[in-house]
Amino acid sequence: MNEYNFAYLDEQTKRMIRRAILKGLAIPGYQVPFASREMPMPYGWGTGGVQVSAATLTPDDTFKVIDQGADDTTNAVSIRKFFEKTAGVETTEETYRATVIQTRHRIPEAKLRDDQILVYQVPIPEPLRFLEPRETETRKMHSLEEYGLIHVKLYEDISQHGAIATSYAYPVKVSDRYVMDPSPIPKFDNPKLEMDAIQLFGAGREQRIYAVPPHTKVVSLDFEDYPFEASKANHACDLCGAEDSYLDEVIMDDAGNRMFVCSDTDYCRSRRAAGHVGRLAEENAA
Amino acid sequence: MTPLLQVKGIDKHYGARIGCMDVSFDLYPGEVMGIVGESGSGKSTLLNCMAGHLIPDAGQVIFDTRAEGPVDTVTMSEPERRMLSRTDWAFVHQHARDGLRMSVSAGGNIGERLMAVGDRHYGDIRDKAIDWLGRVEIDVTRVDDRPMAFSGGMQQRLQIARNLVTGPRLVFMDEPTGGLDVSVQARLLDLLRGLVREMGLSAIIVTHDLAVVRLLADRLMVMKDGHVVETGLTDQVLDDPQHAYTQLLVSSVLQV
Repeated sequence: MNEYNFAYLDEQTKRMIRRAILKGLAIPGYQVPFASREMPMPYGWGTGGVQVSAATLTPDDTFKVIDQGADDTTNAVSIRKFFEKTAGVETTEETYRATVIQTRHRIPEAKLRDDQILVYQVPIPEPLRFLEPRETETRKMHSLEEYGLIHVKLYEDISQHGAIATSYAYPVKVSDRYVMDPSPIPKFDNPKLEMDAIQLFGAGREQRIYAVPPHTKVVSLDFEDYPFEASKANHACDLCGAEDSYLDEVIMDDAGNRMFVCSDTDYCRSRRAAGHVGRLAEENAA
Repeated sequence: MTPLLQVKGIDKHYGARIGCMDVSFDLYPGEVMGIVGESGSGKSTLLNCMAGHLIPDAGQVIFDTRAEGPVDTVTMSEPERRMLSRTDWAFVHQHARDGLRMSVSAGGNIGERLMAVGDRHYGDIRDKAIDWLGRVEIDVTRVDDRPMAFSGGMQQRLQIARNLVTGPRLVFMDEPTGGLDVSVQARLLDLLRGLVREMGLSAIIVTHDLAVVRLLADRLMVMKDGHVVETGLTDQVLDDPQHAYTQLLVSSVLQV
């Protein structure tokens, strides 16, 4: 081993976080306050997710980190290295091999199983925050189930843009009770929130943990005449040809050329390995 | 007839100081009650106690609810009281900014109460919002403008529309015309009088402006130092004041 306690945090802290996680699982969508620790990274880089991962990991786990779906961005690489060093766990980029997946802003395209745990990094856990700045008031609204205000936000969207323009961090109601911010995942991912795996949400700066247990009902809020729509760019992936995955738009040059690629790098790579070819993949090879 | 609101022996102290002492009255459906008095006489304290914003030290505020008949709102559970305050009750603040969401469009402001009671059809909400803008004499093309871009008088009218959209039975008003110039005040009073009569609203209006109660109120309550010193029909109290303070109050108004 090394000079760190397993997964960096001390055992008492991990116990405290596990208690918060269990409470969160018992009350789906409820924001459990916890004593967030200083982590060796700045707030906004996933301090909440890292603490939840640290409390969740065991030495037998295989760990994967994605940032906007990608395994190879700075945030994902540094968090993966952090746990390689402090926990010595095995890491992977392959979704199906991982048992704990920490994510920022995406849910993997591959269907997750009931032996996997998905840990989200959350910047602002309170879905009502930008409408009601008082924490005392938002807590009261949650406890009394007064959620009219969240529809005011959707109303404003429609009146300004003609459609619900909120495209990420789209508010959901969990298990017919709590309105929850699913962290800034694209609303394309919202239907996937009802899954077989455990989903844990950690907000380090705001000191909140919440959770969605497996097979829990998660409904995206909407109006009767403006129903929820999971939207994505109307293209196929230019590398692997996938038409069902969430795409990033990449600007190629200053002449207006652009390509669309899967934001989930592991999904794209495994499809290409299986022989799927997109519009621009052959040109690159040639 | 059952009174819509029965206030019994309301006391409110701020430490050793008196907020209001032993206030009791009945308000019948369709009646408008005015509460006048100088600054610091306990008018607003009394109003906030009745509307559930402050907890009185003693006394009862019994409201005739639709479902269960007369219920004491002071001892009722908080969710019930909050439900009441966004359905059957309305509260018009002196400063429109306290009662409006300044960063939300006029339509959203009016629609908030509808959505809070479970309305989930955008088209319906918007139609009602536009209808109410018309009723409070705001140009309907401004439905998507924020209240920030409205004049003081328009903000106050928007606040009234936002409060009345769910068809409340009792409206609390705290100096609804304060801070508006006289011609805007006159229009607002005209509008309020029309709405109160048309919807058969009961209202409790706190003000220090005697012209407001002369126009709107059926009955008048005069407060001084936390106590009610005189009550009666508005015209009776204003034309034949009995208590020395009421006489002072009435004679203080400049006759133009």
